[in-house]
This record gives sequence, C-alpha cells and structure tokens, in this order.
Amino acid sequence: MAHAEAQQHPVAGHVEGQQHPIGIYLKIWGLLFVLSTASYLVDYFHFQGYLRWFLIILFMLLKAGLIVAVFMHMLWERLAMVYAILVPTVLLMVLLGIGALEADYTFFTRGVFFLKGLL
Amino acid sequence: MTQGTRATAAEPLRLAEGIQGIVSDWSSDQRAFKNVPWGKAMMWIFLLSDTFIFSSFLISYMTVRMSTTDPWPNPSEVFALTLFGHKIPLILIAIMTFVLISSSGTMAMAVNFGYRKDRVKTFVLLLVTAALGATFVGMQAFEWTKLIVDEGIRPWGNPLGAAQFGSTFFMITGFHGTHVSIGVIFLLIVATKVIRGDLDHERPGFMTGRKGKYEIVEIMGLYWHFVDLVWVFIFAVFYLW
Repeated sequence: MAHAEAQQHPVAGHVEGQQHPIGIYLKIWGLLFVLSTASYLVDYFHFQGYLRWFLIILFMLLKAGLIVAVFMHMLWERLAMVYAILVPTVLLMVLLGIGALEADYTFFTRGVFFLKGLL
Repeated sequence: MTQGTRATAAEPLRLAEGIQGIVSDWSSDQRAFKNVPWGKAMMWIFLLSDTFIFSSFLISYMTVRMSTTDPWPNPSEVFALTLFGHKIPLILIAIMTFVLISSSGTMAMAVNFGYRKDRVKTFVLLLVTAALGATFVGMQAFEWTKLIVDEGIRPWGNPLGAAQFGSTFFMITGFHGTHVSIGVIFLLIVATKVIRGDLDHERPGFMTGRKGKYEIVEIMGLYWHFVDLVWVFIFAVFYLW
C-alpha cells in the first residue's frame, strides 16, 4: 500500500495524470483525417509500383506515430516505459525478413513444381 | 548512488532524465515504471503482446500473398460500392477509417475531460466513442455479408483468385472486429462508472479493492487507440496494397 501511495506524489511541476490542452487533440485529429484522405487518394488516383508502396508506408507510419505519441501520450511518458514498449516491436522486423525469405522460396518452388507439371 | 535522490515530505522525489533516467528507473527498487499507475503499465504490456499477435497475422498475410501463384483479387474493386450511380473504389473502407479515427478523437477528449473531473462531458464523449465503435462494427458486418453472400468469398476459396485472400481477410478483420466489439463493451462499462460517480467517490470496482480513479478512463483509452492503430496498419497493407 505504501508504494502505491508514494506514486501519487506528483513530480515537481507535474499535475495528476496526463493533462494537456484540448487543442492538441483536435489538431492531431485533423491531421489524421488529412493523412487518411491522402492514403485513400493513393488508391483513388491509381498510383502504382514503388510510388504507391512508398506513399502507403509513409502515411501509415505517420498516422501510427501520431496516435502513439499524442493520443496514447507516449510523448510525455518516461523513457524507461517508452523503450520497454517500443523497442521490442523492432524484433518484428526479423519476423518480417524471415517471412519474406520464406515466401520467395515457396513461390520459387511452386513455380518449379507447376512448370514440371506442364512439361 | 551518490547523486541525491532522497525525498522528504515537502519535496517530492526528483527523477533522473534521459538515458540516465532509464538506467536508474530499471535498476531502482520495487517499480521500473515511475509516475505511471500500474494499471496503465499493465495495459501497455498487454498491448505490446497484442501487437505481436496482429503483427504475426499481418506478416503471415504478407507471406501467403507473396508465395501464391494465383492472381490476388484487387481490393480496390472488391471493396468498391455503387453510390448514387457511381462505382467508387474502396469507399466503404475509407468511411470505416474515418469513423474509427473520429472515435479515437472523442476518446482522447474523454480522457482529457476525465482528468478535469468533468463527469458529464466524459460520459457523453465515452458514449459517442462507443456509438462510433458500434457503427464501425455494423459497417464491417455489412462488408462481410456483401463479400460472403454477393461475391462468394470463403475462407477456403473465392471466385476472384487466390484462395489465401479469403482466409487472411476473415482472420485479420475478424480479429480486429472482435477487438472493436470488446472495446465497445469496455467503453460502456467505463461510461457507467463515470456517470454513477464511482470515480469521483473513489468507489472500488468489481472484483478489486482498488479505489476508482479517472486513470481508468485513460487506460480504457489506450486500448481504444490501439484498436485504431491496428486498423491503420490493416488499412495500409491489406486494403491499399
């Protein structure tokens, strides 16, 4: 109980909980609308190839960043917590790489298999 | 530790910042996550595990899409709707995206008004968030019905091309829709607590002895924003790719 109580002591110049002006949420909300519209327009105007992929990834990461940083208050959390949550997700890049390698190989062997069937 | 971190009743504990802060937080007694209610830290850890689940789904989707030799159905056409005589590509998904983003906006404001102890505004914003969430689920039900009944898409195959389209679509959007549905129920529970004044009077909740506090609105908000976050990724890699 003692340490649950201790945590209620606000750090100097810090009020209880996450209190920020309402304007910042409205701005981010607007920005998310703009970014969503932009990513929808990528499809609407039929952008293809690398430009399409680049734009999709760009808008996706910007939106994700805004949501995590502002709406989920990561911007104002202590680094110990930010790192504990965000750093492990980098591991997913390894899974992504393995998945891509495996998919390439499967596609190749399927190609070989179906080609043999035709001959 | 030589740098003084002794606290007195008058002067609260001063915590180190930056990399030094990380080291001292993690090497300190009892708790690594300072200035964060434990419920919030636990929600974050749950969300991290949920991130891995959704990422596994999305990465396996990538793997099957890359490795199939059948043509992939064009999502832009599959999810097109005819409105006012025009066939608009992907419009339903775009509307669903805006609905979910708006619900995230109202959720963020609910958290804000919660910490200002504005009971009624918090309640109303939570209800609006729940309503937008329910709208999203309703539109998803409409989308599934259209795909299953009109287009003949099944988890094991479809007339448009690669069979993997159906299996990944139903698994990923189904799992996400379940999260949204659970979130709506969670929102209604928190909204009830808010309007009853449980949080103002610090009444303990169901199955817990801990006092009710407005931090539960923020914890609820973390879950809700996460659901929106997952949708950002699904929208980008499944519907737009």
